[in-house]
Amino acid sequence: MAEAVTHTGPLVELAGVVRDYGTRVITRALAGVDLIVERGELAALMGPSGSGKSTLLQVLGLLDRPTAGRVRIAGRDTASLSDRELTAFRGDTIGFVFQFHHLLPAFTALENVAMPVWGRLGRLRPGDRAHARELLVAVGLADRLDNRATDLSGGQQQRVAIARALMRDPPLLLADEPTGNLDTASGDQVFELFRRFNRERGTTCLVVTHDPRIAERCDRVIELVDGAIAADRRRR
Amino acid sequence: MSLPFEWGVALRFLREGRAQSVLILAGVSVGVGVIVFLTALIDGLQNNLLERTLGTQPHVVVRMPEEEPRALQEAGEGEAIASRTVRPAQRARSIVRWQQVRSTVAGLPGVTSSTPLVSGAALAGRGTASRSVALRGVELETFGPAFRLAERMVAGQPALAGAEALIGTQLAADLGIAVGDRFRLTAGSGVAEVLTVRGLFDLGNRDLNQRWVLVPLRTAQTLLELEGGVTSLELRLAEPFTANEAADVIAGRTGLVAESWMRTNQQLLLGLSAQRSSSNLIQVFVVVAVALGISSVLVVSVVQKGREIGILKAMGTSARRVMGVFLVEGALVGLVGSLIGLLMGVGLSLFFQSLARNPDGTAAFPFALTAELCLRTVAIATVTGVLSAVVPARRAAKLDPIETIRYG
Repeated sequence: MAEAVTHTGPLVELAGVVRDYGTRVITRALAGVDLIVERGELAALMGPSGSGKSTLLQVLGLLDRPTAGRVRIAGRDTASLSDRELTAFRGDTIGFVFQFHHLLPAFTALENVAMPVWGRLGRLRPGDRAHARELLVAVGLADRLDNRATDLSGGQQQRVAIARALMRDPPLLLADEPTGNLDTASGDQVFELFRRFNRERGTTCLVVTHDPRIAERCDRVIELVDGAIAADRRRR
Repeated sequence: MSLPFEWGVALRFLREGRAQSVLILAGVSVGVGVIVFLTALIDGLQNNLLERTLGTQPHVVVRMPEEEPRALQEAGEGEAIASRTVRPAQRARSIVRWQQVRSTVAGLPGVTSSTPLVSGAALAGRGTASRSVALRGVELETFGPAFRLAERMVAGQPALAGAEALIGTQLAADLGIAVGDRFRLTAGSGVAEVLTVRGLFDLGNRDLNQRWVLVPLRTAQTLLELEGGVTSLELRLAEPFTANEAADVIAGRTGLVAESWMRTNQQLLLGLSAQRSSSNLIQVFVVVAVALGISSVLVVSVVQKGREIGILKAMGTSARRVMGVFLVEGALVGLVGSLIGLLMGVGLSLFFQSLARNPDGTAAFPFALTAELCLRTVAIATVTGVLSAVVPARRAAKLDPIETIRYG
């Protein structure tokens, strides 16, 4: 975490990243991706199904290791980290928002938001509960703090998931089709949160999306085709 | 969330999967209940059997060695004697300087009481009826407490003086005599005496009730012509199962024969140990069945919660902590299930105990419900819970967050 804070270069540096699946029949999901994401960017990652968007996000999110190539997050070469170190580094550096929010149904909204700290440290520190509450207020769920995750609408659950992703104040927020199964109004609301946290906190966001309307509102649009970057446009 | 992560999540998962938790707890409870009930029953029966056996037997008997054949003539040099070994007839012999022997053995560690005994065969008769009996001259002050005679008296007094005798209920019925009646006792030596019945006892053993005639030491010495002597010393020990060692020590110290109750009751002890092994075997199988039950329910729960486990790991929760959640679940299931099972087992034992009663109101099935049994069972169940959770917990720890999230 200390490195993530003190490091001043690009937040994400991918060089020649290849990811193959299978042993006999090899499927190449990523075919040599070079990508640099600067701090404070809000980027959309687009591409047809099977273009490798999700794989790229997993490699970027340190959930998966590349077959070849280098992944540096916050200046740290992740190849040298053990699985245990990788898990810890991931928890400290990256927040995830998935298409299927993945809240823990046995817990309340507040507990779900505080979960990353609880799971990482084993205990909540004095200020953690208040911090989780602030985040829920920030995503507009002040009156849903103690609702079970299952008692919330899809859009509300996705907003809880965003609050959870921000709980540890990670420099990098990765979202995999966060608005994919929401109606337009809820989707807009959710995306606005990314926009806002990106502006207010300087959180670097990378959002995988199929929705051109969402992509339009990002600073940068990266297009992936057949596991390689086909287009990389910056607006502004 | 004020709890440590592993405990908080384990509790919440257990509460969430209510039907599963109830089933698994029921499994553990029934298993523990069976173990507690069976163990209490078997231990109770064994204690009862031992108590009955030891209630009428001393732990160690000290007596003179049997008389050995002696050569009448030694062969001289160059001579050969054709001989035949004839075992001498065993007669009642007194322990030489028995008071001194008694004070020696009574001072040994672990010996709680010693009582001298003059015993021999005799014939008890009244009118035309006669019965062969075991005449036992006793020192009532020490014999009485050792055999809990006072509580086994059914009529008269546990007291003896001069020409008085305490006899068993069966002998009294056979001879048709009651407290205060007289009967004739003829010892093997031919000496006879008329004795007054001072009391009747019931030792819970028909043979002893028929055969034992207790008289004062001096009366027996007269009848058996052993003036001032005793045929044996009977000892009680603080720890009955040290009788073999104690007997060996005593034999070594005194040069006399010391018999341990454990050697004279080998069949009984063998039976008890066989019973114990079969009871242990049952317990092992119950524990294995319970462990498999816990394990399979937790494996299912890991599969069901795969997505949640994946998300926890994606958020930086270490594999070890995820494993801890399931180990705690196993421990909680074992602990809570065993506490419920303990209540069931104790309840069932008390219920059975109340059903079957002896005519005198004591329990026919004396269950041995000890604190040690309860604590041990709970400890075993909790450890079993943790061990059964190892496989599911490792499975959870190995889950790949991508796999579980991708197909969420």
